[in-house]
Parts: sequence; C-alpha cells; structure tokens
Amino acid sequence: MDAKEIIARRVALELRDGMLVNLGIGLPTLVANYVPDEIHVAFQSENGIIGFGAPPPEGMEDPHLTDAGGGFISTLPGAMAFDSATSFALIRGGHLDMTVLGGLQVDSTGRLANWMVPGKMVPGMGGAMDLVTGAKRVIVAMQHSAKGGPKIVEALTLPPTSERRVSLIVTELAVIEPTDQGLALRERAPGVAVEDIVAMTGAKLSIPADVPEMAIAAA
Amino acid sequence: MLTAISAAEAADLIPDGASVMFGGFLAVGSPERLFDALVARGAKGLTIIGNDTARPGVGVGKLIDAGCVARVIASHIGTNPTTQQKMIAGEIEVDLVPQGTLAERIRAGGAGLGGVLTPTGVGTTVAEGKRVIDVNGVNYLLEIPLRADFALLRAHEADHFGNLTYRLTAANFNPVMAFAADCVIVEPDHIVPVGVIPPDAVRTPGVLVDRLVGRAC
Repeated sequence: MDAKEIIARRVALELRDGMLVNLGIGLPTLVANYVPDEIHVAFQSENGIIGFGAPPPEGMEDPHLTDAGGGFISTLPGAMAFDSATSFALIRGGHLDMTVLGGLQVDSTGRLANWMVPGKMVPGMGGAMDLVTGAKRVIVAMQHSAKGGPKIVEALTLPPTSERRVSLIVTELAVIEPTDQGLALRERAPGVAVEDIVAMTGAKLSIPADVPEMAIAAA
Repeated sequence: MLTAISAAEAADLIPDGASVMFGGFLAVGSPERLFDALVARGAKGLTIIGNDTARPGVGVGKLIDAGCVARVIASHIGTNPTTQQKMIAGEIEVDLVPQGTLAERIRAGGAGLGGVLTPTGVGTTVAEGKRVIDVNGVNYLLEIPLRADFALLRAHEADHFGNLTYRLTAANFNPVMAFAADCVIVEPDHIVPVGVIPPDAVRTPGVLVDRLVGRAC
C-alpha cells in the first residue's frame, strides 16, 4: 500500500453519516474511494454540485458535468447543481461539514500553507482559502515530508492559506491534532515507531504515553 | 425582444481595453464562440475577469494565447502555464482573488452593495491593503464590488426576452455576472421561442441581457 492510499483510507474514517464533504484536488479525491459501506456522505464540488459520483463510462460523459479539477463526473440520486455564489455560501456559511485538502506546510499553531511558493509556483488559491476558513472541520491529507524536508514545521515559511487552525493532519506516518498546547501525536501508522515520526517532524510534538496504531478504512 | 446577432458582430461591440467578465470554470460554461470572435477581431488590452484562465487553446485560454489580454482577475491560473509565463514576463498583470470572494464581489457589484465582509483571507497576503472590520468580535475583510464593461456568458437555453437556463456545472459564475456588467452578451446553446422556458425555470431574468448570439450556422 503506498503512502497516498494509507492517507486516504485513514481520512475516510473521519467521515460520518449525513455529512456534506468537499475533497480537494489530488490526494484528497482518493478518499471518495473508501467511504465505509454503512454511511452515506454527500460530496460537494465547488464549481457547483452536490451529489456527484464516479466518472461515467467512456461515451457517457456530459460536457456540462465536471468536477473542480475539470474531470467528467456523474450524478447520484438527489444530486443538485447551483452557481458559484451559492456554492461558496455553502462553504463559507458553515454548511459544509468537512473539507479534506492537501498541504505544503502546517505549523505548530495548526495553520496551513497550501496555495503558493513565492518565486516558484503561483497558481492561485482557487477555493482553498474559503474552504479552510469556512468548513466546520478541515482535514489536511498530505505526505509527511517532501524533498525539502519536513512539511510539519515550527513556523510557516510559506504564505498561510488562512489564520484558522486546521482540525487534523493525516500523513502516511501519523495522525496529528493541532491543539491549544501545540501539535499532539494521536496515532502512528502500522509498523511506524514514535521516534521515526519525531525524527521526520519539524515541529515539537506532544506525545502521550500510549500512541495507538492508526486504523484504516476497508479497501 | 432580442434579435440574435453573430459572434463576430458581438466581438465588434467590445473595444480594445474593455473590461470583460466571462462565465466558465475550466472552460465549462464558457462562451467559446465569443472568444474565437475576439481572437479573430484581434482584440487587445482586455481586462478579463473570471474564475480561471482554463488551458492553452481552450476557453478563455485562447485570448491569453492570442495576446488579447493585459490584465487578469481570477482565483486560479495554475492550469494555464501560458498565463503564468506571461505574468512572469510582465506581459499580463494578474490579480488573484479567493474564489468565494470573487463570486461575492461580483454579486455585490450587480446587487448595488458597497462591498462584502468576508472572513476569507484575514491573516493572509489577500488582506494586504484592505480594511479589517470587527463585527461582533469576528474579523472580516472589506472586499469591494467588482463590475465590468461587458459580461460574456454561456447559457443552455435563451428565449428572445433573454431569459436564460443553465445546465449542471456549466452555471458557475454566469448567473452572478449577468447582474454586474454594463452590457451583457449571451451565447446560448439553443434559442427557443418565448414561452418555452417555464417562468420557474428561468435562472437569469431576461431583463439583464442586452445581446444574444445566434446559432453557429
């Protein structure tokens, strides 16, 4: 199982029956593949739809039916479409139960940076700032470290996406929760030692006596 | 009653240097024939306002490729390397606006509001130069209204009163932009007789629409 699959299957356990959820582009999109059978979750795409499903078979695509990454999707029973102002009223207005987003950095206060690298990559924030500011729960789904070193750092060196503290960080090594007292290590991935997590984390972690092994959703 | 004009006639209405809102999300719900006509006319110096700049050769990306654009106001340019290259080269000025803020600034511009207060962007680079206003203990950014000389919209159906419908995710920014420009030009997939669109199904009231672009043939 690769890192992305571990992360997606752990994040899927954060889903609850009846939730409205927005998944970011890339790794977070994989979470939709592991929704536990016993619950029903509605997915929103910020370009204007709730209740979409997997890409349709070839030859059944509708050019008016795409997700926020521009890929073709399908509608599930109960689906609804709306304009961008309505879509962001849902996001900003406290109607979105959870968002799952990728991250470039998270710091010891739980602030996320995920929209630009000055001088290198300026794609624009798209809907990320509204999602992080407005969703009831913000889950960061990202690999624990990048080529340049740890992605969980004491203080952001990249511009923040919001001043809001994210709810949970899920990586292929650990589940970490930002709290008033800093970052708390909640779970470790199967076969991963606490010392390895500490070594690959650039911020101080508070570590309870017992750090349980993370469960993951069924494939 | 609106009589349909051609895309080329519509493009002739839009002078060089105009500000132009355009519907679409990664070119879904974008007025492709109006973009083609602007390229064919050789439009220059446009300020374009929309969610993104699609991809090279696709949607509004065609205006970027052809050098029609001086300034972009958008939430995302990451799918179009040409926009990024021209921004770095200083050929295009780019203002990045959070997507929800962009929608609300346009809505404010069309709804007669003096601005919107949003928590989005507080404590980020988006807040630079903007007023932060405390309302009941929560900080909000004052974001000012956005309007344009023209709005170029894509609809599914239009009737000759200009009443519009949209399909699925092709609505996106089109409905708010219909309120926020001095001249609203619509490229519908179909023009239908008045009465075919039931009143409850009208998403954009025809009173907002100034010009209809006719069928491709």
